[in-house]
Amino acid sequence: MSRAPAPPPATALVVGIGNEYRSDDGAGLLVARRVRAAGLGRVEVREEGGDVGDLLASWSRSDSVFLVDSVRSDSSPGTIYRFDARAAQLPSIFVPHVSSHSVGLAEAVELAQALDELPPRLIVYAIEGADFSSGTRLSAAVQAAIPAVAERLIGELGALVTSGERS
Amino acid sequence: MTTKTIKVNYLARVEGEGSLYVRVKDGEVEDVALKIFEPPRFFEALLRGRAYTEAPDITARICGICPVAYQMSAVHAIEAACGTAVGGPLRALRRLLYCGEWIESHALHIYLLHAPDFLGYPDSIKLARDYPDVVKRGLQLKKAGNEIVSLVGGREIHPINVRVGGFYRVPARRELAPLAEKLRWAREAARETVRFAATLPFPDFEQEYEFVALRHPDEYPFNEGQIVSSGGLNIAPAEYEEYFEEEHVERSTALHSVLKGRGAYFVGPMARYSLNFDRLSSGAQDAAREAGLGPQCRNPFQSIVVRSVETLYACDEALRIIEEYEMPDAPAVPVTPRAGVGHACTEAPRGILYHRYAIDDDGTILSAKIVPPSSQNQKTIEKDVFQVVARNIGLPTDALTLRCEQSIRNYDPCISCSTHFLRLEMDRG
Repeated sequence: MSRAPAPPPATALVVGIGNEYRSDDGAGLLVARRVRAAGLGRVEVREEGGDVGDLLASWSRSDSVFLVDSVRSDSSPGTIYRFDARAAQLPSIFVPHVSSHSVGLAEAVELAQALDELPPRLIVYAIEGADFSSGTRLSAAVQAAIPAVAERLIGELGALVTSGERS
Repeated sequence: MTTKTIKVNYLARVEGEGSLYVRVKDGEVEDVALKIFEPPRFFEALLRGRAYTEAPDITARICGICPVAYQMSAVHAIEAACGTAVGGPLRALRRLLYCGEWIESHALHIYLLHAPDFLGYPDSIKLARDYPDVVKRGLQLKKAGNEIVSLVGGREIHPINVRVGGFYRVPARRELAPLAEKLRWAREAARETVRFAATLPFPDFEQEYEFVALRHPDEYPFNEGQIVSSGGLNIAPAEYEEYFEEEHVERSTALHSVLKGRGAYFVGPMARYSLNFDRLSSGAQDAAREAGLGPQCRNPFQSIVVRSVETLYACDEALRIIEEYEMPDAPAVPVTPRAGVGHACTEAPRGILYHRYAIDDDGTILSAKIVPPSSQNQKTIEKDVFQVVARNIGLPTDALTLRCEQSIRNYDPCISCSTHFLRLEMDRG
Protein backbone atom coordinates (compact mmCIF):
# COMPACT_ATOMS: atom_id res chain seq x y z
CA MET A 1 0.00 0.00 0.00
CA SER A 2 1.48 3.30 -1.00
CA ARG A 3 1.51 6.04 1.56
CA ALA A 4 -0.56 9.15 0.79
CA PRO A 5 1.66 12.10 -0.09
CA ALA A 6 2.04 14.68 2.69
CA PRO A 7 -0.17 17.75 2.13
CA PRO A 8 1.74 20.73 0.75
CA PRO A 9 2.64 23.31 3.40
CA ALA A 10 0.17 26.14 3.84
CA THR A 11 0.96 29.20 1.78
CA ALA A 12 -0.26 31.52 4.49
CA LEU A 13 -1.05 31.49 8.17
CA VAL A 14 -3.86 33.66 9.53
CA VAL A 15 -4.05 34.18 13.28
CA GLY A 16 -7.02 35.84 14.95
CA ILE A 17 -6.09 37.20 18.36
CA GLY A 18 -8.37 38.18 21.21
CA ASN A 19 -10.75 37.25 23.98
CA GLU A 20 -14.33 36.86 22.87
CA TYR A 21 -15.57 37.42 26.42
CA ARG A 22 -14.12 40.92 26.41
CA SER A 23 -16.56 42.51 23.96
CA ASP A 24 -14.66 44.22 21.10
CA ASP A 25 -11.49 42.29 21.99
CA GLY A 26 -13.06 39.32 20.20
CA ALA A 27 -13.00 41.06 16.80
CA GLY A 28 -9.78 39.35 15.64
CA LEU A 29 -11.23 35.92 16.37
CA LEU A 30 -14.42 36.69 14.46
CA VAL A 31 -12.47 37.84 11.41
CA ALA A 32 -10.42 34.63 11.56
CA ARG A 33 -13.61 32.54 11.62
CA ARG A 34 -14.89 34.30 8.51
CA VAL A 35 -11.63 33.63 6.72
CA ARG A 36 -11.80 29.98 7.77
CA ALA A 37 -15.37 29.73 6.52
CA ALA A 38 -14.20 30.99 3.10
CA GLY A 39 -12.32 27.68 2.81
CA LEU A 40 -9.26 28.96 0.96
CA GLY A 41 -6.86 26.19 0.03
CA ARG A 42 -3.36 26.26 1.55
CA VAL A 43 -4.34 28.83 4.16
CA GLU A 44 -4.09 27.78 7.81
CA VAL A 45 -6.31 29.71 10.22
CA ARG A 46 -5.67 29.78 13.96
CA GLU A 47 -7.22 31.52 16.93
CA GLU A 48 -5.10 32.73 19.80
CA GLY A 49 -6.63 33.82 23.06
CA GLY A 50 -3.57 33.58 25.14
CA ASP A 51 0.12 33.77 24.88
CA VAL A 52 1.04 35.45 21.64
CA GLY A 53 4.66 34.66 22.46
CA ASP A 54 3.98 31.13 21.30
CA LEU A 55 3.25 32.53 17.85
CA LEU A 56 6.96 32.68 17.27
CA ALA A 57 7.09 28.91 17.02
CA SER A 58 4.23 28.67 14.51
CA TRP A 59 5.77 31.31 12.21
CA SER A 60 8.46 28.93 11.12
CA ARG A 61 5.86 26.92 9.18
CA SER A 62 4.74 29.69 6.87
CA ASP A 63 6.34 32.41 4.78
CA SER A 64 3.32 34.70 4.94
CA VAL A 65 1.68 35.43 8.25
CA PHE A 66 -1.40 37.60 8.77
CA LEU A 67 -2.40 38.62 12.29
CA VAL A 68 -5.77 40.14 13.16
CA ASP A 69 -6.27 41.91 16.45
CA SER A 70 -8.22 44.69 18.10
CA VAL A 71 -6.55 47.92 19.18
CA ARG A 72 -7.25 50.85 21.43
CA SER A 73 -6.07 54.31 20.34
CA ASP A 74 -7.76 57.65 19.78
CA SER A 75 -9.37 56.78 16.45
CA SER A 76 -13.08 56.24 16.05
CA PRO A 77 -14.37 52.73 16.80
CA GLY A 78 -14.37 50.43 13.79
CA THR A 79 -11.34 52.09 12.14
CA ILE A 80 -9.41 49.48 10.16
CA TYR A 81 -5.63 49.41 10.17
CA ARG A 82 -3.17 47.45 8.08
CA PHE A 83 0.47 47.34 9.11
CA ASP A 84 3.40 45.76 7.36
CA ALA A 85 5.32 44.64 10.44
CA ARG A 86 8.54 44.10 8.48
CA ALA A 87 8.49 47.65 7.13
CA ALA A 88 7.97 49.55 10.38
CA GLN A 89 7.63 49.01 14.10
CA LEU A 90 4.06 48.39 15.25
CA PRO A 91 2.50 51.20 17.27
CA SER A 92 1.79 50.46 20.92
CA ILE A 93 -1.97 50.45 20.55
CA PHE A 94 -2.50 46.69 20.81
CA VAL A 95 -4.43 45.55 23.84
CA PRO A 96 -2.62 43.08 26.10
CA HIS A 97 -4.91 40.08 26.17
CA VAL A 98 -4.39 37.90 29.13
CA SER A 99 -1.95 39.49 31.49
CA SER A 100 1.40 41.14 31.67
CA HIS A 101 2.83 37.66 32.19
CA SER A 102 1.99 36.95 28.58
CA VAL A 103 3.69 38.58 25.67
CA GLY A 104 1.46 40.99 23.74
CA LEU A 105 1.31 41.20 19.96
CA ALA A 106 3.55 44.23 19.48
CA GLU A 107 6.09 42.78 21.92
CA ALA A 108 6.00 39.35 20.25
CA VAL A 109 6.72 40.94 16.88
CA GLU A 110 9.51 43.05 18.32
CA LEU A 111 10.95 40.04 20.11
CA ALA A 112 10.87 37.99 16.89
CA GLN A 113 12.62 40.84 15.15
CA ALA A 114 15.34 40.95 17.81
CA LEU A 115 15.79 37.18 17.42
CA ASP A 116 15.80 37.46 13.64
CA GLU A 117 12.78 35.19 13.45
CA LEU A 118 10.25 37.34 11.62
CA PRO A 119 8.55 35.55 8.72
CA PRO A 120 9.34 36.99 5.27
CA ARG A 121 5.88 38.57 5.15
CA LEU A 122 4.08 39.71 8.29
CA ILE A 123 0.91 41.74 7.88
CA VAL A 124 -1.17 42.90 10.83
CA TYR A 125 -4.80 43.89 10.42
CA ALA A 126 -6.40 45.65 13.35
CA ILE A 127 -9.78 47.05 14.27
CA GLU A 128 -10.20 49.97 16.65
CA GLY A 129 -12.36 48.79 19.56
CA ALA A 130 -14.52 50.86 21.88
CA ASP A 131 -15.61 48.51 24.63
CA PHE A 132 -13.26 45.98 26.25
CA SER A 133 -15.39 45.21 29.27
CA SER A 134 -16.69 41.73 30.15
CA GLY A 135 -19.33 40.46 27.79
CA THR A 136 -19.84 39.07 24.31
CA ARG A 137 -21.64 41.96 22.63
CA LEU A 138 -19.54 43.95 20.17
CA SER A 139 -19.93 47.67 19.47
CA ALA A 140 -21.91 48.35 16.29
CA ALA A 141 -18.96 49.99 14.52
CA VAL A 142 -16.68 47.05 15.32
CA GLN A 143 -19.35 44.60 14.26
CA ALA A 144 -19.55 46.39 10.91
CA ALA A 145 -15.76 46.38 10.45
CA ILE A 146 -15.42 42.60 10.86
CA PRO A 147 -16.79 41.54 7.42
CA ALA A 148 -14.88 44.41 5.81
CA VAL A 149 -11.56 43.22 7.25
CA ALA A 150 -12.37 39.61 6.42
CA GLU A 151 -13.12 40.58 2.82
CA ARG A 152 -9.87 42.53 2.44
CA LEU A 153 -7.92 39.69 3.98
CA ILE A 154 -9.59 37.05 1.81
CA GLY A 155 -8.79 39.16 -1.25
CA GLU A 156 -5.16 39.50 -0.23
CA LEU A 157 -4.91 35.77 0.54
CA GLY A 158 -6.59 34.87 -2.74
CA ALA A 159 -3.99 36.87 -4.69
CA LEU A 160 -1.20 35.28 -2.68
CA VAL A 161 -2.44 31.71 -3.11
CA THR A 162 -2.93 32.25 -6.84
CA SER A 163 0.54 33.67 -7.30
CA GLY A 164 1.91 30.80 -5.18
CA GLU A 165 0.22 28.24 -7.45
CA ARG A 166 1.62 29.93 -10.54
CA SER A 167 5.17 30.00 -9.29
CA MET B 1 14.64 67.49 57.55
CA THR B 2 14.46 65.75 54.18
CA THR B 3 11.84 63.41 52.91
CA LYS B 4 12.37 61.25 49.87
CA THR B 5 9.52 59.37 48.25
CA ILE B 6 9.85 56.55 45.75
CA LYS B 7 6.76 55.82 43.75
CA VAL B 8 6.41 53.14 41.12
CA ASN B 9 2.94 53.64 39.79
CA TYR B 10 2.78 50.57 37.60
CA LEU B 11 5.04 47.66 38.37
CA ALA B 12 6.46 46.20 35.19
CA ARG B 13 7.24 42.55 34.49
CA VAL B 14 4.96 41.27 37.23
CA GLU B 15 1.54 39.76 36.60
CA GLY B 16 -1.39 42.04 37.36
CA GLU B 17 -1.67 45.61 38.52
CA GLY B 18 0.20 46.83 41.53
CA SER B 19 2.31 49.72 42.70
CA LEU B 20 4.92 50.45 45.29
CA TYR B 21 5.20 53.35 47.70
CA VAL B 22 8.27 53.99 49.85
CA ARG B 23 8.77 56.95 52.21
CA VAL B 24 12.18 57.86 53.59
CA LYS B 25 12.61 60.60 56.19
CA ASP B 26 15.95 61.93 57.43
CA GLY B 27 17.78 58.96 56.00
CA GLU B 28 15.50 56.39 57.63
CA VAL B 29 12.91 54.25 55.86
CA GLU B 30 9.51 55.14 57.28
CA ASP B 31 7.03 53.22 55.22
CA VAL B 32 6.92 50.62 52.46
CA ALA B 33 3.61 49.72 50.88
CA LEU B 34 3.04 47.28 48.07
CA LYS B 35 -0.33 48.42 46.78
CA ILE B 36 -2.48 46.11 44.77
CA PHE B 37 -5.28 47.65 42.77
CA GLU B 38 -6.04 44.79 40.43
CA PRO B 39 -9.83 44.69 40.42
CA PRO B 40 -11.46 42.21 42.81
CA ARG B 41 -12.17 38.79 41.38
CA PHE B 42 -15.06 37.34 43.45
CA PHE B 43 -14.06 33.73 42.72
CA GLU B 44 -14.78 32.40 46.21
CA ALA B 45 -18.27 33.87 46.04
CA LEU B 46 -19.08 32.64 42.56
CA LEU B 47 -18.10 29.07 43.46
CA ARG B 48 -20.92 28.95 46.00
CA GLY B 49 -23.90 27.05 44.61
CA ARG B 50 -21.89 25.42 41.83
CA ALA B 51 -21.39 21.66 41.48
CA TYR B 52 -18.34 20.02 43.11
CA THR B 53 -17.24 18.86 39.65
CA GLU B 54 -16.97 22.47 38.42
CA ALA B 55 -14.34 23.66 40.91
CA PRO B 56 -11.27 22.72 38.82
CA ASP B 57 -12.50 24.48 35.68
CA ILE B 58 -13.80 27.58 37.44
CA THR B 59 -10.68 28.10 39.55
CA ALA B 60 -8.35 27.43 36.57
CA ARG B 61 -9.65 30.75 35.26
CA ILE B 62 -8.01 32.61 38.15
CA CYS B 63 -4.66 32.51 36.39
CA GLY B 64 -3.35 32.06 32.86
CA ILE B 65 0.12 31.19 34.14
CA CYS B 66 -0.67 28.68 36.86
CA PRO B 67 -4.10 27.21 36.01
CA VAL B 68 -2.79 23.70 36.73
CA ALA B 69 -2.04 24.70 40.33
CA TYR B 70 -5.64 25.85 40.78
CA GLN B 71 -6.98 22.67 39.20
CA MET B 72 -4.76 20.50 41.36
CA SER B 73 -5.60 22.18 44.66
CA ALA B 74 -9.30 22.12 43.67
CA VAL B 75 -9.48 18.41 42.78
CA HIS B 76 -7.50 17.34 45.83
CA ALA B 77 -9.65 19.40 48.18
CA ILE B 78 -12.90 18.14 46.63
CA GLU B 79 -11.65 14.53 46.67
CA ALA B 80 -10.68 14.98 50.34
CA ALA B 81 -14.22 16.19 51.07
CA CYS B 82 -15.61 13.11 49.31
CA GLY B 83 -13.18 10.71 50.99
CA THR B 84 -11.48 9.61 47.75
CA ALA B 85 -7.77 9.37 47.04
CA VAL B 86 -6.36 9.14 43.52
CA GLY B 87 -3.25 7.01 43.12
CA GLY B 88 -1.20 5.08 40.58
CA PRO B 89 -0.76 6.37 37.02
CA LEU B 90 -3.48 9.02 37.46
CA ARG B 91 -1.53 10.52 40.34
CA ALA B 92 1.66 10.31 38.25
CA LEU B 93 -0.06 12.12 35.36
CA ARG B 94 -1.07 14.89 37.73
CA ARG B 95 2.59 15.29 38.69
CA LEU B 96 3.55 15.29 35.02
CA LEU B 97 1.04 18.05 34.30
CA TYR B 98 2.45 20.05 37.21
CA CYS B 99 6.00 19.58 35.81
CA GLY B 100 4.78 21.19 32.59
CA GLU B 101 3.41 24.20 34.43
CA TRP B 102 6.58 24.68 36.48
CA ILE B 103 8.79 24.51 33.39
CA GLU B 104 6.58 26.95 31.50
CA SER B 105 6.18 29.41 34.36
CA HIS B 106 9.79 29.28 35.59
CA ALA B 107 11.28 29.61 32.07
CA LEU B 108 9.10 32.66 31.43
CA HIS B 109 10.13 34.30 34.67
CA ILE B 110 13.83 33.45 34.46
CA TYR B 111 14.39 34.56 30.88
CA LEU B 112 11.77 37.15 30.03
CA LEU B 113 10.98 38.81 33.34
CA HIS B 114 13.90 38.38 35.72
CA ALA B 115 17.14 38.06 33.71
CA PRO B 116 16.89 41.62 32.26
CA ASP B 117 17.23 42.99 35.83
CA PHE B 118 20.60 41.35 36.36
CA LEU B 119 22.03 42.16 32.95
CA GLY B 120 20.95 45.81 32.97
CA TYR B 121 18.17 45.73 30.36
CA PRO B 122 14.75 47.32 30.70
CA ASP B 123 12.99 44.33 29.10
CA SER B 124 13.44 41.02 27.37
CA ILE B 125 13.29 42.54 23.88
CA LYS B 126 16.40 44.64 24.52
CA LEU B 127 17.99 41.60 26.15
CA ALA B 128 17.17 39.51 23.05
CA ARG B 129 19.06 41.93 20.81
CA ASP B 130 22.31 41.30 22.68
CA TYR B 131 21.69 37.74 23.88
CA PRO B 132 19.52 36.14 21.16
CA ASP B 133 20.64 32.60 21.95
CA VAL B 134 19.86 32.98 25.63
CA VAL B 135 16.35 34.25 24.94
CA LYS B 136 15.74 31.59 22.28
CA ARG B 137 16.70 28.92 24.79
CA GLY B 138 14.25 30.41 27.29
CA LEU B 139 11.41 30.46 24.77
CA GLN B 140 12.12 26.88 23.66
CA LEU B 141 12.26 25.70 27.24
CA LYS B 142 8.95 27.39 27.97
CA LYS B 143 7.51 25.69 24.91
CA ALA B 144 8.57 22.26 26.21
CA GLY B 145 6.53 22.99 29.35
CA ASN B 146 3.59 24.18 27.24
CA GLU B 147 3.67 20.92 25.31
CA ILE B 148 3.32 18.82 28.46
CA VAL B 149 0.36 20.95 29.55
CA SER B 150 -1.18 20.67 26.06
CA LEU B 151 -0.84 16.90 25.90
CA VAL B 152 -1.92 16.03 29.43
CA GLY B 153 -4.16 19.04 30.06
CA GLY B 154 -5.82 19.27 26.65
CA ARG B 155 -4.61 22.77 25.82
CA GLU B 156 -1.84 25.16 26.84
CA ILE B 157 -3.74 27.77 28.75
CA HIS B 158 -6.61 26.97 31.11
CA PRO B 159 -6.38 23.20 30.45
CA ILE B 160 -9.71 21.42 30.11
CA ASN B 161 -8.80 17.78 30.67
CA VAL B 162 -8.61 17.76 34.50
CA ARG B 163 -11.58 16.46 36.45
CA VAL B 164 -12.38 15.45 39.99
CA GLY B 165 -11.17 11.83 40.18
CA GLY B 166 -8.59 12.11 37.39
CA PHE B 167 -8.85 13.17 33.75
CA TYR B 168 -11.39 13.07 30.92
CA ARG B 169 -8.86 11.36 28.68
CA VAL B 170 -5.48 9.85 29.42
CA PRO B 171 -2.63 9.53 26.92
CA ALA B 172 -1.37 6.19 25.65
CA ARG B 173 2.32 5.43 26.25
CA ARG B 174 3.18 6.02 22.61
CA GLU B 175 1.71 9.56 22.74
CA LEU B 176 4.25 10.47 25.41
CA ALA B 177 7.28 9.33 23.37
CA PRO B 178 7.68 12.54 21.27
CA LEU B 179 7.33 14.53 24.46
CA ALA B 180 10.19 12.59 26.05
CA GLU B 181 12.41 13.48 23.13
CA LYS B 182 11.70 17.20 23.62
CA LEU B 183 12.19 16.87 27.35
CA ARG B 184 15.64 15.38 26.92
CA TRP B 185 16.54 18.56 25.04
CA ALA B 186 14.79 20.61 27.74
CA ARG B 187 16.80 18.89 30.46
CA GLU B 188 20.03 19.97 28.81
CA ALA B 189 18.65 23.48 28.32
CA ALA B 190 17.66 23.56 31.99
CA ARG B 191 21.18 22.52 33.02
CA GLU B 192 22.50 25.32 30.84
CA THR B 193 19.97 27.65 32.50
CA VAL B 194 21.34 26.84 35.96
CA ARG B 195 24.86 27.60 34.73
CA PHE B 196 23.70 30.84 33.11
CA ALA B 197 21.80 31.98 36.22
CA ALA B 198 24.80 31.24 38.42
CA THR B 199 26.92 33.75 36.49
CA LEU B 200 24.57 36.69 37.20
CA PRO B 201 25.68 39.35 39.68
CA PHE B 202 23.86 39.06 43.03
CA PRO B 203 23.86 41.66 45.79
CA ASP B 204 24.74 40.31 49.20
CA PHE B 205 21.30 40.14 50.77
CA GLU B 206 20.87 37.11 53.01
CA GLN B 207 17.71 37.40 55.11
CA GLU B 208 16.17 35.45 57.96
CA TYR B 209 12.85 34.10 56.71
CA GLU B 210 10.39 31.57 57.96
CA PHE B 211 10.21 29.33 54.89
CA VAL B 212 6.93 27.46 54.39
CA ALA B 213 6.48 24.63 51.86
CA LEU B 214 5.04 21.17 51.47
CA ARG B 215 7.16 18.19 52.40
CA HIS B 216 6.52 14.65 51.24
CA PRO B 217 8.23 11.51 52.56
CA ASP B 218 9.79 10.62 49.18
CA GLU B 219 9.15 13.33 46.59
CA TYR B 220 10.02 16.92 45.87
CA PRO B 221 6.57 18.35 46.54
CA PHE B 222 3.89 19.05 43.98
CA ASN B 223 0.50 17.71 45.06
CA GLU B 224 0.90 16.21 48.44
CA GLY B 225 2.65 16.54 51.78
CA GLN B 226 2.65 18.13 55.20
CA ILE B 227 2.95 21.89 55.44
CA VAL B 228 6.31 22.44 57.13
CA SER B 229 8.38 25.49 57.98
CA SER B 230 11.94 26.38 58.86
CA GLY B 231 10.48 27.48 62.21
CA GLY B 232 9.36 23.96 63.10
CA LEU B 233 5.79 23.98 61.79
CA ASN B 234 4.59 20.54 60.65
CA ILE B 235 0.86 20.37 59.99
CA ALA B 236 -1.62 18.70 57.66
CA PRO B 237 -3.24 20.93 55.00
CA ALA B 238 -6.54 20.52 56.90
CA GLU B 239 -4.97 22.43 59.81
CA TYR B 240 -3.89 25.39 57.63
CA GLU B 241 -6.46 27.85 58.97
CA GLU B 242 -5.54 27.06 62.58
CA TYR B 243 -2.03 28.35 61.96
CA PHE B 244 -2.38 30.94 59.20
CA GLU B 245 -4.73 33.87 58.87
CA GLU B 246 -5.48 36.56 56.33
CA GLU B 247 -5.62 40.25 57.15
CA HIS B 248 -7.24 42.98 55.15
CA VAL B 249 -5.06 46.02 54.56
CA GLU B 250 -6.61 49.16 53.19
CA ARG B 251 -4.10 49.74 50.41
CA SER B 252 -4.61 46.38 48.76
CA THR B 253 -7.40 44.37 47.19
CA ALA B 254 -5.30 41.31 48.12
CA LEU B 255 -5.38 39.94 51.63
CA HIS B 256 -2.11 39.68 53.53
CA SER B 257 -1.40 36.25 55.01
CA VAL B 258 0.45 35.80 58.28
CA LEU B 259 1.47 32.90 60.46
CA LYS B 260 -0.59 33.47 63.60
CA GLY B 261 1.52 35.04 66.31
CA ARG B 262 4.63 34.98 64.09
CA GLY B 263 3.87 37.29 61.19
CA ALA B 264 5.37 37.25 57.71
CA TYR B 265 6.58 34.06 56.06
CA PHE B 266 8.03 33.02 52.73
CA VAL B 267 6.59 30.62 50.15
CA GLY B 268 7.83 29.66 46.69
CA PRO B 269 10.87 28.11 45.03
CA MET B 270 13.41 29.27 47.63
CA ALA B 271 11.28 27.91 50.50
CA ARG B 272 10.62 24.63 48.70
CA TYR B 273 14.27 24.23 47.85
CA SER B 274 15.52 25.06 51.34
CA LEU B 275 13.08 22.65 52.97
CA ASN B 276 13.38 19.86 50.38
CA PHE B 277 16.90 19.91 48.94
CA ASP B 278 17.27 16.22 49.83
CA ARG B 279 14.19 15.38 47.73
CA LEU B 280 15.59 16.84 44.49
CA SER B 281 16.87 14.48 41.79
CA SER B 282 20.60 13.85 42.05
CA GLY B 283 21.10 15.75 38.77
CA ALA B 284 19.34 18.82 40.16
CA GLN B 285 21.31 18.60 43.42
CA ASP B 286 24.59 18.40 41.51
CA ALA B 287 23.65 21.36 39.31
CA ALA B 288 22.75 23.39 42.41
CA ARG B 289 26.09 22.62 44.03
CA GLU B 290 27.96 23.51 40.84
CA ALA B 291 26.07 26.80 40.79
CA GLY B 292 27.41 27.53 44.26
CA LEU B 293 24.17 26.97 46.16
CA GLY B 294 24.14 25.19 49.50
CA PRO B 295 21.20 23.07 50.65
CA GLN B 296 19.49 26.30 51.72
CA CYS B 297 19.29 29.66 49.99
CA ARG B 298 18.36 32.84 51.85
CA ASN B 299 19.22 35.47 49.27
CA PRO B 300 16.03 36.27 47.31
CA PHE B 301 18.07 37.70 44.43
CA GLN B 302 19.41 34.16 43.92
CA SER B 303 15.86 32.86 43.48
CA ILE B 304 16.59 32.91 39.74
CA VAL B 305 19.17 30.16 40.31
CA VAL B 306 16.76 28.21 42.49
CA ARG B 307 14.03 28.49 39.84
CA SER B 308 16.51 27.14 37.30
CA VAL B 309 17.31 24.18 39.56
CA GLU B 310 13.59 23.49 39.97
CA THR B 311 13.16 23.66 36.19
CA LEU B 312 15.85 21.02 35.82
CA TYR B 313 14.13 18.92 38.49
CA ALA B 314 10.80 19.23 36.66
CA CYS B 315 12.44 17.96 33.44
CA ASP B 316 14.03 15.02 35.31
CA GLU B 317 10.78 14.18 37.03
CA ALA B 318 8.71 14.45 33.85
CA LEU B 319 11.10 12.08 32.07
CA ARG B 320 10.97 9.63 34.98
CA ILE B 321 7.16 9.67 34.97
CA ILE B 322 6.99 9.15 31.20
CA GLU B 323 9.44 6.25 31.40
CA GLU B 324 7.46 4.45 34.10
CA TYR B 325 4.00 5.32 32.77
CA GLU B 326 1.42 2.62 32.14
CA MET B 327 -1.90 3.76 30.73
CA PRO B 328 -4.57 3.34 33.42
CA ASP B 329 -7.70 1.25 32.75
CA ALA B 330 -9.97 4.23 33.29
CA PRO B 331 -9.19 7.96 32.93
CA ALA B 332 -10.75 8.72 36.32
CA VAL B 333 -11.95 7.04 39.49
CA PRO B 334 -15.56 7.63 40.55
CA VAL B 335 -15.96 10.30 43.21
CA THR B 336 -19.31 10.22 45.00
CA PRO B 337 -20.26 13.43 46.77
CA ARG B 338 -21.06 13.52 50.46
CA ALA B 339 -21.58 16.37 52.87
CA GLY B 340 -18.27 17.52 54.25
CA VAL B 341 -15.29 19.81 54.11
CA GLY B 342 -12.11 19.15 52.15
CA HIS B 343 -8.75 20.93 52.26
CA ALA B 344 -5.73 20.74 50.02
CA CYS B 345 -2.45 22.46 49.53
CA THR B 346 -0.32 22.02 46.43
CA GLU B 347 2.87 23.70 45.24
CA ALA B 348 2.08 26.27 42.55
CA PRO B 349 5.19 27.62 40.78
CA ARG B 350 5.09 30.58 43.20
CA GLY B 351 4.45 28.56 46.38
CA ILE B 352 1.73 26.84 48.36
CA LEU B 353 -1.83 27.26 47.13
CA TYR B 354 -4.49 26.42 49.72
CA HIS B 355 -8.10 25.51 48.85
CA ARG B 356 -10.93 24.61 51.19
CA TYR B 357 -14.44 23.62 50.07
CA ALA B 358 -17.56 22.74 52.02
CA ILE B 359 -20.02 20.72 49.97
CA ASP B 360 -23.44 19.29 50.73
CA ASP B 361 -24.80 15.77 50.12
CA ASP B 362 -25.44 16.30 46.42
CA GLY B 363 -22.06 17.95 45.86
CA THR B 364 -23.18 21.58 45.76
CA ILE B 365 -20.39 23.87 46.94
CA LEU B 366 -21.51 25.72 50.05
CA SER B 367 -18.36 27.73 50.63
CA ALA B 368 -14.87 28.07 49.21
CA LYS B 369 -11.62 29.57 50.44
CA ILE B 370 -8.57 30.09 48.25
CA VAL B 371 -5.22 31.41 49.49
CA PRO B 372 -2.76 31.93 46.61
CA PRO B 373 1.00 32.16 47.08
CA SER B 374 1.41 35.78 46.07
CA SER B 375 -0.88 37.02 48.83
CA GLN B 376 1.13 34.94 51.30
CA ASN B 377 4.36 36.60 50.21
CA GLN B 378 3.15 40.22 50.26
CA LYS B 379 4.35 41.03 53.77
CA THR B 380 7.73 39.43 53.08
CA ILE B 381 8.11 41.40 49.86
CA GLU B 382 7.48 44.63 51.78
CA LYS B 383 10.04 43.65 54.42
CA ASP B 384 12.62 42.92 51.70
CA VAL B 385 12.01 46.28 50.02
CA PHE B 386 12.35 47.98 53.41
CA GLN B 387 15.77 46.34 53.89
CA VAL B 388 16.86 47.07 50.33
CA VAL B 389 16.07 50.77 50.74
CA ALA B 390 17.71 50.93 54.18
CA ARG B 391 20.93 49.42 52.85
CA ASN B 392 21.04 51.46 49.66
CA ILE B 393 19.73 54.77 50.91
CA GLY B 394 22.59 56.70 49.29
CA LEU B 395 21.81 55.47 45.78
CA PRO B 396 20.29 57.95 43.31
CA THR B 397 16.50 57.61 43.23
CA ASP B 398 16.42 55.97 39.78
CA ALA B 399 18.89 53.26 40.77
CA LEU B 400 17.15 52.73 44.10
CA THR B 401 13.77 52.47 42.39
CA LEU B 402 15.12 49.84 40.03
CA ARG B 403 16.57 47.89 42.96
CA CYS B 404 13.15 48.02 44.69
CA GLU B 405 11.38 46.73 41.59
CA GLN B 406 13.93 43.98 41.25
CA SER B 407 13.30 42.99 44.89
CA ILE B 408 9.62 42.55 44.05
CA ARG B 409 10.36 40.57 40.90
CA ASN B 410 12.49 38.18 42.99
CA TYR B 411 9.14 36.75 44.06
CA ASP B 412 7.59 36.52 40.58
CA PRO B 413 4.40 37.81 42.15
CA CYS B 414 1.11 37.04 40.49
CA ILE B 415 -1.05 39.93 41.50
CA SER B 416 -4.17 38.80 39.64
CA CYS B 417 -4.13 35.57 41.61
CA SER B 418 -3.83 37.25 44.96
CA THR B 419 -6.73 39.62 44.52
CA HIS B 420 -9.73 38.93 46.69
CA PHE B 421 -12.66 40.99 47.66
CA LEU B 422 -13.78 41.41 51.21
CA ARG B 423 -17.38 41.60 52.18
CA LEU B 424 -18.14 45.25 52.79
CA GLU B 425 -19.63 46.08 56.17
CA MET B 426 -20.82 49.66 56.43
CA ASP B 427 -20.96 51.18 59.85
CA ARG B 428 -23.17 54.24 59.66
CA GLY B 429 -23.04 54.81 63.38
